Amino acid sequence: MNRFGLLTVAVAAVAAIVLPFLLKPFGIYLISMWVVLTIAAIGLNLTLGYAGQVSMAQGAFVGIGAYAVALLTAAGWPFFPAFVIAGLLCFAIGWLLGYPALRVQHHYLAFVTLAFNTLVFLVLRNEEWLTNGTYGIAGTERPHLFGLSTDGARAFYFFCLGMLVLLAAATWWMLRSPWGRAFVALRENPIRALSLGLDTRRYTLMAFALGSTLGGLAGGLYAPLVQFIEPNSFSLNMSFNLLLMVIVGGSGRFFGPFVGALIAVLLPEWMRIAEGYYLIIYAMLVMILMVFCPTGVLGLVEKLFKPKKPPAAAAAPTLKAEATSR
Amino acid sequence: MASFIQLLVSGLATGAIYALIAIGFTLLWQTSQTINFAQGEFVMLPAFFVLTAMNLGAPYWLAALIGIALAVVILGVLFKAIIVDPMIKHGVLPLVITTIALSLFLKESVKDFYSSQAQPFPALVAPRDLHFLGAVVSLQSVVVLAVAVASVIALHLLLNKTRLGRCMQATAQNPTVARILGIPVGRMVLYTFLINGVLVAIASLLISPIYLAKFTNGETLGMAAFIAAIIGGFNQVRGAILGGIILGVLDNLSAAYLSSSYRGAFPLLILIVVILFRPQGLLGRAEERAV
Repeated sequence: MNRFGLLTVAVAAVAAIVLPFLLKPFGIYLISMWVVLTIAAIGLNLTLGYAGQVSMAQGAFVGIGAYAVALLTAAGWPFFPAFVIAGLLCFAIGWLLGYPALRVQHHYLAFVTLAFNTLVFLVLRNEEWLTNGTYGIAGTERPHLFGLSTDGARAFYFFCLGMLVLLAAATWWMLRSPWGRAFVALRENPIRALSLGLDTRRYTLMAFALGSTLGGLAGGLYAPLVQFIEPNSFSLNMSFNLLLMVIVGGSGRFFGPFVGALIAVLLPEWMRIAEGYYLIIYAMLVMILMVFCPTGVLGLVEKLFKPKKPPAAAAAPTLKAEATSR
Repeated sequence: MASFIQLLVSGLATGAIYALIAIGFTLLWQTSQTINFAQGEFVMLPAFFVLTAMNLGAPYWLAALIGIALAVVILGVLFKAIIVDPMIKHGVLPLVITTIALSLFLKESVKDFYSSQAQPFPALVAPRDLHFLGAVVSLQSVVVLAVAVASVIALHLLLNKTRLGRCMQATAQNPTVARILGIPVGRMVLYTFLINGVLVAIASLLISPIYLAKFTNGETLGMAAFIAAIIGGFNQVRGAILGGIILGVLDNLSAAYLSSSYRGAFPLLILIVVILFRPQGLLGRAEERAV
């Protein structure tokens, strides 16, 4: 990362710490939502952006995580064991969802995961004995950390922010480990990766499992943040939204999900000045952005700040381009 | 048995409408690799063109023609020129996001500029029941089925019996060779978008009297079309037809005989099974691509 990038991250970090002291409760809720959805989007970016496995089921994993934490804490469990269980559960289910990816690719995989998402939604809605159906579950407890309660909006925001930093750091480290290289190899050329002795089968499953785990953990924070979960929150719309965050931010770029989530969470709210038409304007802006810069916001920034590179390298984030930019 | 026939006929009618939508969907995929996530909204929208025209005083037949024409221009020509053409060279995913945004845009536009309430929509024929083998079948289902079948036959004749259709098939199978052979590939791709416009408009005219015209109609319709297209085979028109029919019949029968709260799940389970064991679809072929 260059000096400009470091500076931007530093400014963003300061803003993330100072902002909650300046905002009203709803503003704090929104940036908390940004933090939570960023975690889920980082997971999807891992699966989709780095490992190249199209998943339209990330919203389902957020839902599974949210329901796991909400149900377990309601049954008297403390938050942290429930949170870990949510992650493990999503790891296991994500691993299983990876199996179709061994057989089919691209748009077929998109449709399998899409169908999976709808199935999860139907189970959440119909199995009332477990999930309370469309009535949802209200009032998930917020955790206590070192004897400190995070019941307040600001305290919970910082708790989520801490989780984001922790998980993002872990992801960053993982992407620089041989695993991360293996994921990119899987995306760029699976046959070559296989011929070089990579166990592509294991890495494909792992890409799904790890991405889903992050989705589940985000869900584990979502339930105590929103305080009310119901099946509709985790329908396809959530998955589309997360996909939008990854692509709009810049898929396969580490900070892409941060930017994408910022746009997807805050832009519709800013557009509220346009009253009833805000979703129309939001949808238009997304379309315009995609038409003019399909590599996402970070792709656009890269293009603007690296005019010397040949356009071919800037257009496609290939393995070679990533290796040289380090 | 009587109720079975009844369910079967209404299932066939819905299935035929799904098939129309799915055919357009597969055509766009074959010629331009566009996965149109707004296809359901494309079906929702023409009904509102028709209603607007009728509010301005046009009779039903004229309003229907205006609706089809607007669908061809807006959902065919403009969709291709403004959204698909600039994006297609950047791969499938940005285009997917854009069509998702487009579906949101169309839905919200209809809600804000027309109405958020379900609108009654004129049927092609007056409601009447037909008695057939002891079962009561609504005339509307039969008419829907007839119109859908006629549309599919017309499309089949166009694609297989005319020079234009052959050119379009060549474009879908191998654009490079088609260009070498002197086929104007760009224009052929445009034609598939126009055909899609006509198909969604017809589907809209057929389905809106049943479901009422509402801005959220596209959600279920779009999903049904995807599933139909994949079950049948992404690369065959007759695959999309088979998929649509299976889906419509299955939907009606499973809701009646198995479980209505999980009626949405059966098509998805079939979808998953088909993708895992026959990813090219029931009628699709793995290598060959044909219109």
